Amino acid sequence: MNFLASIGRVFLSFLAGTGRLSVFAGQAVSHIVRPPFYLPLVGQQMLRIGYFSLPVVGLTAFFTGAVLCLQIFIGGNRYGAEVFVPQIVVLGIVRELGPVIAGLMLAGRVSAAIAAEIGTMRVTEQIDALTTLSTNPMKYLVVPRLVAAVISLPFLVAVADSIGVLGGYVVGTQSLGFNGAVYMKNTMDFVTNGDILSGLIKAGAFGFIIALMGCYHGFNSKGGAQGVGAATTSAVVSASILILAANYLMTSLLFSE
Amino acid sequence: MTAKIVIQGVEKSFGPKRVLDGVDLAVNKGESVVIIGGSGSGKSVTLKCILGILRADAGTITVDGEDVTHIRGSKRDTYLRKFGMLFQGGALFDSLPVWENVAFGLIQGRGVKRGEARDIAIDKLAKVGLGSEVANLSPAELSGGMQKRVGLARAIAADPEIIFFDEPTTGLDPIMADVINDLIASTVKDLGVTALSITHDMASARKISNRIAMLYKGRIIWEGPTENIDSSGNPYVDQFIKGSAEGPIKMEVRR
Ligand SMILES: Nc1ncnc2c1ncn2[C@@H]1O[C@H](COP(=O)(O)OP(=O)(O)O)[C@@H](O)[C@H]1O
Ligand SMILES: [Mg+2]
Repeated sequence: MNFLASIGRVFLSFLAGTGRLSVFAGQAVSHIVRPPFYLPLVGQQMLRIGYFSLPVVGLTAFFTGAVLCLQIFIGGNRYGAEVFVPQIVVLGIVRELGPVIAGLMLAGRVSAAIAAEIGTMRVTEQIDALTTLSTNPMKYLVVPRLVAAVISLPFLVAVADSIGVLGGYVVGTQSLGFNGAVYMKNTMDFVTNGDILSGLIKAGAFGFIIALMGCYHGFNSKGGAQGVGAATTSAVVSASILILAANYLMTSLLFSE
Repeated sequence: MTAKIVIQGVEKSFGPKRVLDGVDLAVNKGESVVIIGGSGSGKSVTLKCILGILRADAGTITVDGEDVTHIRGSKRDTYLRKFGMLFQGGALFDSLPVWENVAFGLIQGRGVKRGEARDIAIDKLAKVGLGSEVANLSPAELSGGMQKRVGLARAIAADPEIIFFDEPTTGLDPIMADVINDLIASTVKDLGVTALSITHDMASARKISNRIAMLYKGRIIWEGPTENIDSSGNPYVDQFIKGSAEGPIKMEVRR
Protein backbone atom coordinates (compact mmCIF):
# COMPACT_ATOMS: atom_id res chain seq x y z
CA MET A 1 0.00 0.00 0.00
CA ASN A 2 2.72 2.40 1.05
CA PHE A 3 4.65 1.44 -2.04
CA LEU A 4 1.71 2.21 -4.33
CA ALA A 5 1.15 5.48 -2.53
CA SER A 6 4.69 6.58 -3.13
CA ILE A 7 4.50 5.62 -6.80
CA GLY A 8 1.33 7.67 -6.99
CA ARG A 9 3.01 10.62 -5.36
CA VAL A 10 5.96 10.52 -7.73
CA PHE A 11 3.59 10.27 -10.69
CA LEU A 12 1.47 13.19 -9.46
CA SER A 13 4.48 15.42 -8.88
CA PHE A 14 5.73 14.46 -12.34
CA LEU A 15 2.40 15.55 -13.83
CA ALA A 16 2.44 18.78 -11.82
CA GLY A 17 6.00 19.50 -12.98
CA THR A 18 5.09 18.83 -16.59
CA GLY A 19 2.11 21.15 -16.26
CA ARG A 20 4.20 23.94 -14.75
CA LEU A 21 6.82 23.56 -17.46
CA SER A 22 4.17 23.68 -20.20
CA VAL A 23 2.63 26.83 -18.75
CA PHE A 24 6.08 28.42 -18.53
CA ALA A 25 6.90 27.44 -22.12
CA GLY A 26 3.53 28.71 -23.36
CA GLN A 27 4.01 32.05 -21.62
CA ALA A 28 7.53 32.40 -22.96
CA VAL A 29 6.45 31.70 -26.54
CA SER A 30 3.49 34.07 -26.31
CA HIS A 31 5.86 36.84 -25.19
CA ILE A 32 8.10 36.31 -28.22
CA VAL A 33 5.56 37.91 -30.53
CA ARG A 34 4.35 40.70 -28.23
CA PRO A 35 6.27 43.98 -27.85
CA PRO A 36 8.43 45.37 -26.38
CA PHE A 37 11.29 43.49 -28.04
CA TYR A 38 14.80 43.56 -26.68
CA LEU A 39 16.77 43.03 -29.89
CA PRO A 40 20.20 44.08 -28.54
CA LEU A 41 19.79 41.43 -25.85
CA VAL A 42 19.12 38.79 -28.51
CA GLY A 43 22.37 39.76 -30.23
CA GLN A 44 24.26 39.65 -26.95
CA GLN A 45 22.87 36.20 -26.16
CA MET A 46 23.67 34.91 -29.66
CA LEU A 47 27.24 35.88 -29.04
CA ARG A 48 27.30 34.05 -25.72
CA ILE A 49 25.30 31.01 -26.78
CA GLY A 50 26.47 30.63 -30.35
CA TYR A 51 29.79 32.26 -30.98
CA PHE A 52 31.51 31.32 -27.73
CA SER A 53 30.37 27.70 -28.11
CA LEU A 54 32.20 27.27 -31.40
CA PRO A 55 35.45 25.87 -29.92
CA VAL A 56 33.69 23.25 -27.77
CA VAL A 57 31.36 22.18 -30.53
CA GLY A 58 34.13 22.12 -33.13
CA LEU A 59 36.46 20.00 -31.03
CA THR A 60 33.84 17.45 -30.00
CA ALA A 61 32.55 17.19 -33.57
CA PHE A 62 36.05 16.61 -34.90
CA PHE A 63 36.76 13.70 -32.58
CA THR A 64 33.29 12.26 -33.07
CA GLY A 65 33.77 12.22 -36.84
CA ALA A 66 37.21 10.72 -36.42
CA VAL A 67 36.13 7.88 -34.15
CA LEU A 68 33.04 7.19 -36.24
CA CYS A 69 35.21 6.78 -39.32
CA LEU A 70 37.55 4.45 -37.47
CA GLN A 71 34.78 2.22 -36.08
CA ILE A 72 32.90 1.97 -39.35
CA PHE A 73 36.10 1.07 -41.11
CA ILE A 74 36.90 -1.65 -38.57
CA GLY A 75 33.33 -2.98 -38.65
CA GLY A 76 32.93 -2.69 -42.42
CA ASN A 77 36.25 -4.37 -42.97
CA ARG A 78 34.77 -7.71 -41.85
CA TYR A 79 32.40 -7.67 -44.83
CA GLY A 80 34.64 -5.91 -47.26
CA ALA A 81 32.33 -2.90 -46.94
CA GLU A 82 35.00 -0.35 -46.08
CA VAL A 83 34.40 1.58 -49.32
CA PHE A 84 31.15 2.85 -47.84
CA VAL A 85 32.88 4.53 -44.90
CA PRO A 86 32.59 8.13 -46.23
CA GLN A 87 28.87 7.71 -46.95
CA ILE A 88 28.05 6.23 -43.57
CA VAL A 89 30.15 8.78 -41.72
CA VAL A 90 28.47 11.73 -43.38
CA LEU A 91 25.02 10.29 -42.84
CA GLY A 92 25.71 9.55 -39.18
CA ILE A 93 27.14 13.01 -38.58
CA VAL A 94 24.61 15.07 -40.46
CA ARG A 95 21.49 13.22 -39.41
CA GLU A 96 22.27 12.29 -35.81
CA LEU A 97 25.63 12.93 -34.23
CA GLY A 98 26.16 16.54 -35.32
CA PRO A 99 22.91 17.80 -33.76
CA VAL A 100 23.04 15.49 -30.75
CA ILE A 101 26.67 16.16 -29.85
CA ALA A 102 26.25 19.90 -30.30
CA GLY A 103 22.99 19.76 -28.34
CA LEU A 104 24.49 17.85 -25.44
CA MET A 105 27.58 20.06 -25.27
CA LEU A 106 25.36 23.13 -25.18
CA ALA A 107 23.10 21.56 -22.59
CA GLY A 108 26.21 21.45 -20.43
CA ARG A 109 27.61 24.80 -21.36
CA VAL A 110 24.57 26.98 -21.96
CA SER A 111 21.70 25.50 -19.93
CA ALA A 112 23.95 25.49 -16.90
CA ALA A 113 25.08 29.08 -17.43
CA ILE A 114 21.52 30.31 -17.98
CA ALA A 115 20.18 28.46 -14.93
CA ALA A 116 22.98 29.77 -12.74
CA GLU A 117 22.57 33.33 -13.94
CA ILE A 118 18.79 33.50 -13.73
CA GLY A 119 18.79 31.45 -10.52
CA THR A 120 21.15 33.94 -8.89
CA MET A 121 18.96 36.77 -10.10
CA ARG A 122 15.98 35.01 -8.53
CA VAL A 123 17.52 34.45 -5.10
CA THR A 124 19.01 37.95 -4.96
CA GLU A 125 15.60 39.46 -5.85
CA GLN A 126 16.89 40.91 -9.13
CA ILE A 127 13.91 39.36 -10.91
CA ASP A 128 11.53 41.08 -8.48
CA ALA A 129 13.48 44.27 -9.06
CA LEU A 130 12.90 43.95 -12.82
CA THR A 131 9.18 43.66 -12.20
CA THR A 132 9.07 46.72 -9.97
CA LEU A 133 10.88 48.65 -12.71
CA SER A 134 7.95 47.86 -15.03
CA THR A 135 9.99 45.36 -17.04
CA ASN A 136 8.59 41.91 -17.65
CA PRO A 137 11.26 39.35 -16.68
CA MET A 138 9.83 36.87 -19.21
CA LYS A 139 10.43 39.35 -22.01
CA TYR A 140 13.70 40.72 -20.71
CA LEU A 141 15.39 37.49 -19.63
CA VAL A 142 13.68 34.46 -21.16
CA VAL A 143 12.67 35.56 -24.65
CA PRO A 144 16.14 36.80 -25.76
CA ARG A 145 17.74 33.53 -24.61
CA LEU A 146 15.12 31.38 -26.30
CA VAL A 147 15.28 33.25 -29.59
CA ALA A 148 19.08 33.39 -29.57
CA ALA A 149 19.38 29.66 -28.88
CA VAL A 150 16.86 28.67 -31.57
CA ILE A 151 18.72 30.81 -34.12
CA SER A 152 22.25 29.88 -33.02
CA LEU A 153 21.92 26.12 -32.79
CA PRO A 154 21.39 25.44 -36.52
CA PHE A 155 24.50 27.48 -37.31
CA LEU A 156 26.49 25.65 -34.69
CA VAL A 157 25.27 22.32 -36.03
CA ALA A 158 26.18 23.30 -39.57
CA VAL A 159 29.69 23.97 -38.28
CA ALA A 160 29.66 20.71 -36.31
CA ASP A 161 28.58 18.80 -39.42
CA SER A 162 31.43 20.22 -41.50
CA ILE A 163 34.06 19.66 -38.84
CA GLY A 164 32.72 16.17 -38.08
CA VAL A 165 33.05 15.20 -41.72
CA LEU A 166 36.50 16.74 -41.69
CA GLY A 167 37.43 14.58 -38.68
CA GLY A 168 36.40 11.48 -40.62
CA TYR A 169 38.27 12.71 -43.65
CA VAL A 170 41.49 13.26 -41.70
CA VAL A 171 41.38 9.77 -40.16
CA GLY A 172 40.31 8.18 -43.45
CA THR A 173 43.06 9.74 -45.50
CA GLN A 174 45.85 9.86 -42.91
CA SER A 175 45.56 6.46 -41.29
CA LEU A 176 43.13 4.31 -43.25
CA GLY A 177 44.54 4.83 -46.70
CA PHE A 178 41.59 6.55 -48.43
CA ASN A 179 42.25 8.80 -51.36
CA GLY A 180 41.30 12.33 -50.34
CA ALA A 181 39.50 13.31 -53.53
CA VAL A 182 37.54 10.05 -53.66
CA TYR A 183 36.56 10.35 -49.98
CA MET A 184 35.20 13.86 -50.52
CA LYS A 185 33.42 12.95 -53.75
CA ASN A 186 31.70 9.97 -52.13
CA THR A 187 30.67 12.14 -49.20
CA MET A 188 29.27 14.95 -51.32
CA ASP A 189 27.51 12.75 -53.84
CA PHE A 190 25.81 10.73 -51.18
CA VAL A 191 24.50 13.30 -48.71
CA THR A 192 21.22 15.02 -49.66
CA ASN A 193 19.84 18.41 -48.73
CA GLY A 194 17.10 16.60 -46.86
CA ASP A 195 19.66 14.90 -44.63
CA ILE A 196 21.29 18.21 -43.79
CA LEU A 197 17.97 19.98 -43.30
CA SER A 198 16.68 17.31 -40.93
CA GLY A 199 19.71 17.88 -38.71
CA LEU A 200 19.23 21.65 -38.75
CA ILE A 201 15.55 21.32 -37.82
CA LYS A 202 16.56 19.14 -34.91
CA ALA A 203 19.12 21.76 -33.95
CA GLY A 204 16.45 24.46 -33.70
CA ALA A 205 14.35 22.25 -31.45
CA PHE A 206 17.36 21.45 -29.27
CA GLY A 207 18.13 25.16 -28.98
CA PHE A 208 14.62 25.70 -27.65
CA ILE A 209 15.02 22.89 -25.12
CA ILE A 210 18.42 24.14 -23.95
CA ALA A 211 17.31 27.72 -23.31
CA LEU A 212 13.93 26.69 -21.90
CA MET A 213 15.43 24.31 -19.36
CA GLY A 214 18.01 26.84 -18.24
CA CYS A 215 15.39 29.58 -17.84
CA TYR A 216 12.75 27.37 -16.22
CA HIS A 217 15.02 25.92 -13.56
CA GLY A 218 16.68 29.28 -12.95
CA PHE A 219 13.33 31.01 -12.53
CA ASN A 220 12.12 28.39 -10.08
CA SER A 221 15.25 28.14 -7.99
CA LYS A 222 14.87 28.89 -4.32
CA GLY A 223 17.04 29.15 -1.29
CA GLY A 224 20.55 30.47 -1.62
CA ALA A 225 23.67 29.18 -3.31
CA GLN A 226 22.52 25.60 -2.78
CA GLY A 227 19.25 26.23 -4.58
CA VAL A 228 21.07 27.76 -7.53
CA GLY A 229 23.40 24.75 -7.65
CA ALA A 230 20.45 22.38 -7.68
CA ALA A 231 18.77 24.42 -10.42
CA THR A 232 21.91 24.24 -12.53
CA THR A 233 22.15 20.48 -12.19
CA SER A 234 18.45 20.00 -12.97
CA ALA A 235 18.77 22.22 -16.02
CA VAL A 236 21.65 20.22 -17.49
CA VAL A 237 20.16 16.82 -16.70
CA SER A 238 16.67 17.63 -17.94
CA ALA A 239 17.94 19.39 -21.06
CA SER A 240 20.14 16.38 -21.92
CA ILE A 241 17.36 13.85 -21.43
CA LEU A 242 14.85 15.94 -23.35
CA ILE A 243 17.31 16.39 -26.22
CA LEU A 244 17.85 12.64 -26.55
CA ALA A 245 14.13 11.90 -26.30
CA ALA A 246 13.22 14.65 -28.77
CA ASN A 247 15.93 13.39 -31.09
CA TYR A 248 14.40 9.92 -31.18
CA LEU A 249 10.95 11.35 -31.71
CA MET A 250 12.07 13.63 -34.51
CA THR A 251 14.09 10.91 -36.23
CA SER A 252 11.05 8.67 -36.26
CA LEU A 253 8.89 11.51 -37.62
CA LEU A 254 11.37 12.91 -40.16
CA PHE A 255 12.49 9.57 -41.59
CA SER A 256 9.21 7.68 -41.54
CA GLU A 257 8.90 7.04 -45.28
CA MET B 1 -10.26 61.08 2.40
CA THR B 2 -9.18 57.53 1.86
CA ALA B 3 -5.59 56.57 2.48
CA LYS B 4 -3.03 56.15 -0.31
CA ILE B 5 -2.48 52.47 0.45
CA VAL B 6 -5.12 50.37 2.19
CA ILE B 7 -4.51 46.75 3.10
CA GLN B 8 -7.47 44.82 4.47
CA GLY B 9 -7.46 41.29 5.80
CA VAL B 10 -4.59 40.14 3.60
CA GLU B 11 -3.68 36.48 4.02
CA LYS B 12 -0.82 34.62 2.42
CA SER B 13 0.37 31.05 2.92
CA PHE B 14 3.25 29.13 1.41
CA GLY B 15 2.15 25.52 1.41
CA PRO B 16 1.05 24.74 4.96
CA LYS B 17 2.90 27.77 6.35
CA ARG B 18 0.62 30.71 7.07
CA VAL B 19 2.76 33.83 6.83
CA LEU B 20 0.15 36.61 6.73
CA ASP B 21 -3.04 35.99 8.66
CA GLY B 22 -5.23 39.01 8.07
CA VAL B 23 -3.01 42.08 7.87
CA ASP B 24 -4.79 45.44 8.10
CA LEU B 25 -2.87 48.62 7.48
CA ALA B 26 -3.47 52.02 5.94
CA VAL B 27 -0.80 54.46 4.81
CA ASN B 28 -1.80 58.06 4.16
CA LYS B 29 -0.41 60.26 1.44
CA GLY B 30 2.89 61.85 2.41
CA GLU B 31 3.26 59.69 5.47
CA SER B 32 6.24 57.50 6.37
CA VAL B 33 5.17 54.27 8.00
CA VAL B 34 7.53 51.61 9.29
CA ILE B 35 6.52 48.01 9.86
CA ILE B 36 8.63 46.37 12.55
CA GLY B 37 8.75 42.68 13.32
CA GLY B 38 11.11 39.77 13.73
CA SER B 39 12.96 38.07 10.90
CA GLY B 40 10.67 35.81 8.93
CA SER B 41 7.52 37.47 10.26
CA GLY B 42 6.33 38.27 6.74
CA LYS B 43 7.39 41.88 6.34
CA SER B 44 8.88 41.41 2.88
CA VAL B 45 5.93 39.26 1.86
CA THR B 46 3.59 42.13 2.78
CA LEU B 47 5.44 44.53 0.48
CA LYS B 48 5.56 41.98 -2.33
CA CYS B 49 1.81 41.47 -2.10
CA ILE B 50 1.26 45.21 -2.52
CA LEU B 51 3.58 45.21 -5.54
CA GLY B 52 1.79 42.23 -7.07
CA ILE B 53 4.98 40.14 -7.05
CA LEU B 54 3.18 37.73 -4.73
CA ARG B 55 -0.58 37.19 -4.83
CA ALA B 56 -2.56 37.52 -1.62
CA ASP B 57 -4.72 34.45 -0.92
CA ALA B 58 -7.44 36.58 0.62
CA GLY B 59 -8.14 40.21 1.48
CA THR B 60 -7.92 43.36 -0.61
CA ILE B 61 -5.25 45.90 -1.38
CA THR B 62 -6.17 49.31 -2.75
CA VAL B 63 -3.82 52.03 -3.90
CA ASP B 64 -5.25 55.47 -4.74
CA GLY B 65 -8.69 53.91 -4.47
CA GLU B 66 -7.93 51.31 -7.16
CA ASP B 67 -8.23 47.63 -6.22
CA VAL B 68 -4.88 46.15 -7.15
CA THR B 69 -5.15 42.82 -5.35
CA HIS B 70 -5.21 40.83 -8.58
CA ILE B 71 -3.63 43.29 -10.96
CA ARG B 72 -1.46 41.70 -13.65
CA GLY B 73 0.10 42.03 -17.08
CA SER B 74 0.59 45.44 -18.65
CA LYS B 75 -1.83 47.03 -16.16
CA ARG B 76 0.53 46.01 -13.41
CA ASP B 77 3.50 47.45 -15.30
CA THR B 78 1.70 50.79 -15.47
CA TYR B 79 0.61 50.55 -11.83
CA LEU B 80 4.16 49.83 -10.71
CA ARG B 81 5.36 53.13 -12.16
CA LYS B 82 4.02 54.73 -9.00
CA PHE B 83 6.55 52.82 -6.96
CA GLY B 84 10.22 52.81 -6.18
CA MET B 85 11.61 49.95 -4.18
CA LEU B 86 14.83 49.52 -2.28
CA PHE B 87 15.38 45.79 -1.89
CA GLN B 88 16.79 44.11 1.18
CA GLY B 89 19.96 42.90 -0.54
CA GLY B 90 20.11 45.79 -2.99
CA ALA B 91 19.11 43.54 -5.91
CA LEU B 92 21.29 45.55 -8.26
CA PHE B 93 21.70 44.05 -11.72
CA ASP B 94 25.27 42.81 -11.68
CA SER B 95 25.47 42.61 -15.46
CA LEU B 96 24.97 46.36 -15.81
CA PRO B 97 27.11 49.32 -14.69
CA VAL B 98 25.91 51.46 -11.80
CA TRP B 99 24.42 54.23 -13.92
CA GLU B 100 22.38 51.79 -16.00
CA ASN B 101 21.06 50.24 -12.82
CA VAL B 102 19.86 53.64 -11.69
CA ALA B 103 18.48 54.51 -15.12
CA PHE B 104 16.92 51.10 -15.76
CA GLY B 105 13.32 52.06 -15.01
CA LEU B 106 13.68 55.16 -17.17
CA ILE B 107 15.20 53.39 -20.17
CA GLN B 108 13.25 50.12 -20.12
CA GLY B 109 10.06 51.14 -18.35
CA ARG B 110 9.50 54.58 -19.86
CA GLY B 111 11.55 54.69 -23.03
CA VAL B 112 13.79 57.62 -22.02
CA LYS B 113 16.81 57.97 -24.35
CA ARG B 114 20.02 56.53 -22.96
CA GLY B 115 21.98 59.79 -22.98
CA GLU B 116 19.27 61.67 -21.15
CA ALA B 117 18.73 58.77 -18.73
CA ARG B 118 22.41 58.75 -17.91
CA ASP B 119 22.34 62.43 -16.96
CA ILE B 120 19.34 61.80 -14.71
CA ALA B 121 21.10 58.79 -13.18
CA ILE B 122 24.20 60.84 -12.36
CA ASP B 123 22.00 63.51 -10.84
CA LYS B 124 20.23 60.91 -8.66
CA LEU B 125 23.55 59.38 -7.65
CA ALA B 126 24.65 62.83 -6.50
CA LYS B 127 21.46 63.06 -4.39
CA VAL B 128 22.56 59.96 -2.47
CA GLY B 129 26.10 61.26 -2.10
CA LEU B 130 27.82 59.32 -4.86
CA GLY B 131 30.06 61.03 -7.40
CA SER B 132 29.96 60.46 -11.13
CA GLU B 133 33.16 58.37 -10.86
CA VAL B 134 31.09 55.37 -9.65
CA ALA B 135 28.72 55.59 -12.63
CA ASN B 136 30.70 53.22 -14.80
CA LEU B 137 31.69 50.75 -12.07
CA SER B 138 29.98 47.41 -11.77
CA PRO B 139 27.84 46.92 -8.62
CA ALA B 140 30.18 44.15 -7.45
CA GLU B 141 32.97 46.71 -7.11
CA LEU B 142 31.04 48.71 -4.50
CA SER B 143 30.90 48.33 -0.72
CA GLY B 144 27.64 47.33 0.97
CA GLY B 145 26.85 50.90 1.96
CA MET B 146 27.48 52.17 -1.55
CA GLN B 147 25.28 49.43 -2.99
CA LYS B 148 22.44 50.54 -0.71
CA ARG B 149 22.87 54.08 -1.94
CA VAL B 150 22.78 52.96 -5.56
CA GLY B 151 19.65 50.97 -4.72
CA LEU B 152 18.18 54.11 -3.19
CA ALA B 153 19.13 56.16 -6.26
CA ARG B 154 17.44 53.55 -8.45
CA ALA B 155 14.33 53.64 -6.27
CA ILE B 156 13.99 57.44 -6.65
CA ALA B 157 15.18 57.65 -10.26
CA ALA B 158 11.76 57.77 -11.88
CA ASP B 159 10.29 60.18 -9.31
CA PRO B 160 7.85 57.68 -7.77
CA GLU B 161 4.90 58.66 -5.59
CA ILE B 162 5.47 55.77 -3.21
CA ILE B 163 8.76 54.29 -2.04
CA PHE B 164 9.23 50.99 -0.24
CA PHE B 165 12.34 50.37 1.78
CA ASP B 166 13.04 46.75 2.69
CA GLU B 167 15.46 46.65 5.62
CA PRO B 168 17.53 49.60 4.39
CA THR B 169 20.09 49.37 7.20
CA THR B 170 20.50 45.62 7.63
CA GLY B 171 24.09 44.51 7.20
CA LEU B 172 25.60 47.97 7.51
CA ASP B 173 27.87 49.31 10.25
CA PRO B 174 26.10 51.70 12.67
CA ILE B 175 27.56 54.83 11.15
CA MET B 176 26.72 53.89 7.57
CA ALA B 177 23.28 52.82 8.82
CA ASP B 178 22.76 56.30 10.22
CA VAL B 179 23.91 57.89 6.97
CA ILE B 180 21.36 55.81 5.09
CA ASN B 181 18.65 56.69 7.63
CA ASP B 182 19.36 60.38 7.14
CA LEU B 183 19.26 59.91 3.38
CA ILE B 184 15.91 58.18 3.57
CA ALA B 185 14.45 60.73 5.96
CA SER B 186 15.56 63.64 3.79
CA THR B 187 14.49 61.90 0.57
CA VAL B 188 11.02 61.31 1.93
CA LYS B 189 10.74 64.89 3.14
CA ASP B 190 12.20 66.56 0.05
CA LEU B 191 10.30 64.52 -2.50
CA GLY B 192 7.07 64.52 -0.54
CA VAL B 193 6.56 60.85 -1.24
CA THR B 194 4.60 58.26 0.67
CA ALA B 195 6.98 55.78 2.26
CA LEU B 196 6.48 52.31 3.66
CA SER B 197 9.54 50.72 5.18
CA ILE B 198 10.21 47.53 7.01
CA THR B 199 12.97 46.95 9.47
CA HIS B 200 13.92 45.25 12.67
CA ASP B 201 16.36 48.05 13.47
CA MET B 202 14.60 50.27 16.04
CA ALA B 203 17.05 53.16 15.66
CA SER B 204 16.23 53.21 11.98
CA ALA B 205 12.49 52.90 12.58
CA ARG B 206 12.50 55.87 14.98
CA LYS B 207 14.47 58.02 12.61
CA ILE B 208 12.59 57.50 9.36
CA SER B 209 8.95 57.11 10.41
CA ASN B 210 5.96 59.15 11.51
CA ARG B 211 4.08 56.03 12.41
CA ILE B 212 5.05 52.48 13.37
CA ALA B 213 3.13 49.23 13.02
CA MET B 214 4.23 45.93 14.49
CA LEU B 215 3.71 42.69 12.61
CA TYR B 216 3.56 39.55 14.71
CA LYS B 217 2.21 36.11 13.82
CA GLY B 218 0.78 37.37 10.54
CA ARG B 219 -1.15 40.32 11.98
CA ILE B 220 -0.56 43.96 12.86
CA ILE B 221 -0.74 43.81 16.66
CA TRP B 222 -0.03 47.46 17.36
CA GLU B 223 0.21 50.69 15.46
CA GLY B 224 0.63 54.27 16.49
CA PRO B 225 2.67 57.46 16.11
CA THR B 226 6.41 56.98 16.41
CA GLU B 227 6.62 59.13 19.52
CA ASN B 228 4.22 56.75 21.30
CA ILE B 229 6.31 53.69 20.69
CA ASP B 230 7.88 53.77 24.15
CA SER B 231 4.51 54.09 25.87
CA SER B 232 2.60 51.60 23.74
CA GLY B 233 1.58 49.52 26.73
CA ASN B 234 1.88 46.51 24.46
CA PRO B 235 4.13 43.83 25.95
CA TYR B 236 5.10 42.51 22.50
CA VAL B 237 6.18 45.95 21.32
CA ASP B 238 8.01 46.59 24.59
CA GLN B 239 9.94 43.36 24.26
CA PHE B 240 10.79 44.07 20.64
CA ILE B 241 12.06 47.61 21.17
CA LYS B 242 14.11 46.51 24.16
CA GLY B 243 15.48 43.61 22.18
CA SER B 244 15.00 41.32 25.14
CA ALA B 245 14.83 37.54 25.12
CA GLU B 246 12.38 37.68 28.05
CA GLY B 247 8.76 38.38 27.25
CA PRO B 248 5.68 37.15 25.45
CA ILE B 249 7.54 36.64 22.12
CA LYS B 250 9.14 33.23 22.30
CA MET B 251 11.79 32.40 19.75
CA GLU B 252 11.48 28.91 18.44
CA VAL B 253 14.95 27.66 19.17
CA ARG B 254 15.51 23.95 18.81
CA ARG B 255 18.01 22.55 21.22
N1 LIG C 1 8.48 32.85 -2.34
C1 LIG C 1 8.39 32.19 -1.16
N2 LIG C 1 8.14 30.86 -1.13
C2 LIG C 1 8.02 30.21 0.04
N3 LIG C 1 8.16 30.78 1.24
C3 LIG C 1 8.42 32.09 1.29
C4 LIG C 1 8.55 32.87 0.10
N4 LIG C 1 8.80 34.16 0.45
C5 LIG C 1 8.83 34.17 1.80
N5 LIG C 1 8.60 32.94 2.31
C6 LIG C 1 8.52 32.61 3.74
O1 LIG C 1 7.70 33.53 4.37
C7 LIG C 1 8.23 33.89 5.64
C8 LIG C 1 8.31 35.39 5.77
O2 LIG C 1 9.32 35.87 4.90
P1 LIG C 1 9.71 37.39 4.79
O3 LIG C 1 8.51 38.21 4.51
O4 LIG C 1 10.82 37.47 3.80
O5 LIG C 1 10.27 37.70 6.25
P2 LIG C 1 10.82 39.09 6.80
O6 LIG C 1 9.81 39.56 7.78
O7 LIG C 1 12.11 38.75 7.46
O8 LIG C 1 10.99 40.01 5.64
C9 LIG C 1 9.56 33.20 5.78
O9 LIG C 1 9.40 32.11 6.65
C10 LIG C 1 9.88 32.73 4.40
O10 LIG C 1 10.53 31.48 4.44
MG1 LIG D 1 12.60 40.56 4.60
